[in-house]
Amino acid sequence: MISMLLAAEFAWWQTTAFKLVMAIVAVLIPAGTTVYLYLFKMVSFMQSRLGPMEAGPYGSMQLLAELGKNLQKEDIFPLKADRAVFALAPYVVLMSTFLLAVVIPFGPDAAFTNIDVGVYLALAVSSVSVIGILMAGWASASKYSLLGGLRAAGQLIAYELPLILAVVGVVIQAGTLNLQGIIAAQNQQEIFGWGAIGNPYILTQFVGFMIFMIAVQAELTQVPFDMPIAESELVSGYMTEYSGFRFLMFFIGEFATANIFAFLASVLFLGGWSVPPFVTDLLGIAWDSNWMNFIGPLVMLTKMLLLTFIIYWVRFTYPRFREDQLQKFAWKFLIPLSLLNIFATGVLKVVF
Amino acid sequence: MPSEADTTEEVVDEARRALLEALSAELGDAFVGSDLVPGKDLTIRVATEAWGDTALYLRERQRFRYFNWLSAIDWLPSPFGRSLDAEVDKKLDPEASAAASVELGSGTTGGDSRFQVLARVHSLTTNLGLTVKVDVPGTGDGDLSVETWTSVYPGANWHEREVNEMFGIHFLGHPGLRNLYLPGDFEGYPLRKDFPLLARLVKPWPGIVDVEPMPGPSDDSPSTDNPEDTL
Amino acid sequence: MTAISDRRQLAYIAAQAADARVNVELEAEGMTLNIGPQHPATHGTLRIVARLDGEQVIEADPVMGYMHRGYEKLAEVRTYPQVTTLINRIDWLGSFANEVPFILAAEQLMDIEAPPRARHIRTILFELARIANVTLFLGDMGVQLGAVTPIFYAFRDREHILNQIESATGGRFHPNFDRIGGVKDDLPAGWLAETKQSLGEIRKFCDQMEDLILGNEIFQARTRGIGVIPADVGLSYGLSGANIRSSGVDWDLRRDGAHPGLAYNDVEWRVWTHPDGDSFARYWVRLQEVRESCLIVEQLLDSMPSGPIMAKVPRIIKVPEGEAYVETENPLGVMGYYVVSQGGLEPFRVKIRSASFSNMSISPWLLKGTYVPDVITILASLYFILGDIDR
Repeated sequence: MISMLLAAEFAWWQTTAFKLVMAIVAVLIPAGTTVYLYLFKMVSFMQSRLGPMEAGPYGSMQLLAELGKNLQKEDIFPLKADRAVFALAPYVVLMSTFLLAVVIPFGPDAAFTNIDVGVYLALAVSSVSVIGILMAGWASASKYSLLGGLRAAGQLIAYELPLILAVVGVVIQAGTLNLQGIIAAQNQQEIFGWGAIGNPYILTQFVGFMIFMIAVQAELTQVPFDMPIAESELVSGYMTEYSGFRFLMFFIGEFATANIFAFLASVLFLGGWSVPPFVTDLLGIAWDSNWMNFIGPLVMLTKMLLLTFIIYWVRFTYPRFREDQLQKFAWKFLIPLSLLNIFATGVLKVVF
Repeated sequence: MPSEADTTEEVVDEARRALLEALSAELGDAFVGSDLVPGKDLTIRVATEAWGDTALYLRERQRFRYFNWLSAIDWLPSPFGRSLDAEVDKKLDPEASAAASVELGSGTTGGDSRFQVLARVHSLTTNLGLTVKVDVPGTGDGDLSVETWTSVYPGANWHEREVNEMFGIHFLGHPGLRNLYLPGDFEGYPLRKDFPLLARLVKPWPGIVDVEPMPGPSDDSPSTDNPEDTL
Repeated sequence: MTAISDRRQLAYIAAQAADARVNVELEAEGMTLNIGPQHPATHGTLRIVARLDGEQVIEADPVMGYMHRGYEKLAEVRTYPQVTTLINRIDWLGSFANEVPFILAAEQLMDIEAPPRARHIRTILFELARIANVTLFLGDMGVQLGAVTPIFYAFRDREHILNQIESATGGRFHPNFDRIGGVKDDLPAGWLAETKQSLGEIRKFCDQMEDLILGNEIFQARTRGIGVIPADVGLSYGLSGANIRSSGVDWDLRRDGAHPGLAYNDVEWRVWTHPDGDSFARYWVRLQEVRESCLIVEQLLDSMPSGPIMAKVPRIIKVPEGEAYVETENPLGVMGYYVVSQGGLEPFRVKIRSASFSNMSISPWLLKGTYVPDVITILASLYFILGDIDR
């Protein structure tokens, strides 16, 4: 029965429609999960408070309440705002998030698309959000927004580089730009002849992983790199003038992007949807059997939650950098380090 | 204990007395009055013309490096409202108010003008504070002015702005005598005694019943030797 | 009311013209950023008009008065016991400390001395007010720099102290407990032991803050060398409290000008100074001061004398003619009251010397040439309470 279902063939429009729905699910469900789990609850416990408790059991319906609140708010345009650009900016930011989700594989076949330059595409579309943020900062006709937008542009461009350079090490080791290929490589490779857990690159590319996570933190404009938002100076940076639905879109964009980047990091460094070979050996299935289309998304979700936990943990612990310190950190430390990492990886690749 | 307290008081008193003597000797004609509370405080009054030089002298010669504050006093008895124990309610009886004495107070160091500016400086070397007062002659109709202290103590800037808006005293040479608290187009000088406190004018003073009885021995057995204590 | 004289009018017109000129210059040379009056970093309604060149501040002008309540005027129509209710609201985080110098000034004029037990209770509450005030600063500084968590720890642990203040005085924020000649009530039973426990919590909090904030590399990078105040500049601007001590000036009124109405001479503690004078030093000094305050309170709790809590005071407080100035080392710095009495039930004039007013008066000098993020750091480290500026 199930194998029949798995073997079923669908028309192109059916798969496309299904993928469209799943894309929204894949972006919004994890975003809601992390916002509730981490932003509402975990942080509250860290800060010795309870967080939302009234809406639903343990406040689990709080998200719906927030959604309703934001949807019924007035949609305010500042008087001198550039209306068209102002209205468009959140869509551009959100578009980057959805485009990023397109290349993430959730199982051997459960991927929206499987292109050979997946890593390239992911990193390229992730920088589209810069345009949206600059648009928001400029169009708001507010000095705080402008400062925030400019800071954001400078920061995102600076941290784009270590983000990409960190991935280069992974690509060298896997020998492919295809994300499925990278997952396969992590599952099939061995660490010095010991292949029970495959070769998750978090072990062999630890420096790259650290640089990637730091750069992700900066790309997300999360503390300690939240200079563009910096609520104690710039009120809310480029988002200051937004309210209601448009603010909600920025909000979703921020947290969904965090998840997508965590997905990407788990694909690149934690073996993606695959489970270590010794587990599949125990279960007696191939590492990329059809079952993984069901287990894979759950595996991905688990790994994503693990990585987003780190993101939020850091976010609510550290103070923020000043933007000159932040730029120095990127240009004088992260980029040289990632170049060194690429060099070392290349040398070791040739040696072994 | 009392003997010990007396000796320390004596020592501090000596320091203040020495300071007072030095000040009166070196300020010369500018020194016009003083008040020394042994062991507690020292206040001097200087001539109006010497106000700016006094700051320089105190800072450079007497090592009063710490600028504490600057303010002013309006010695006019309040023509509004009534004090708790006043015989006539001046608010209700304007004639009585007019007839009431308008004799100016003058404080412990004397003085003959309605307005006095006072500033306090502190010396960290001797750990003594000093209050300096100066008369500001004039009727208060825009003719009040003294020299600024900002060139000597930059910290006097905001204090002088406050005094300027609250009392209408102009500080000659001040870099930017704008209003500090009040809106730019505010009329009148709130801390002057003839500026009415509207909250007191529109609502009658609740009066003496509001005075909270103090706990303690005198509460149980009102002292009989001083009848004024119990009114 | 009073007619505006020609001179005054001229000054006003000149000021307006100067403003207009400044505005023209601003349009030409840079951007004016209006930080406040409603802004997350100004805790209250301070407004700073900053002229920016890029992100560098060319000129910063604090604008106050959004919360000016005119306590000096209001105090003139209130009896001495009623004034304490007003002045409680000056520094609203360490309210009890506001009452003390005024009461001491009145006592000095009336020549009354509080009995030893009252002096001890006063000093303990004074120090508890300091702890309650400064713990919040220790957390708040983190928030201003982007770390949101410490403030919740600060609120959590300040609660222990507020509970103690409440159980002794009945008021969490505005005790209104100090009286001329003593204090209102005696301490409740078991209070001394409970207070000692709360001090333990505060000590733990201090250790936590040292780990979480002071030891953090980003915090150090953000605060070291930022907003340096040389000692002589600080003195001439009238800075006080931890702000001047962090510039290396060893001056604390609790030790150097201990008023006989307080029991500081009975305890052993030390005054902390820091040579750097930057934002980091100000945070560090305040952290040490909380610890010293715990030490002071602990010693006072151990040596609590028995006896009456009120001196013999007349039923109706009438203060003899005279002038008195008393200043104490309050949580924010030196706070003093210049009380002029003409022998009535009400003070003739009360000049309130509040710490934040003088502490903030250095800000135009200090903010010049800094960057916008550092403006926030500097303002946070100077630690002002708006009620204390505007009075």
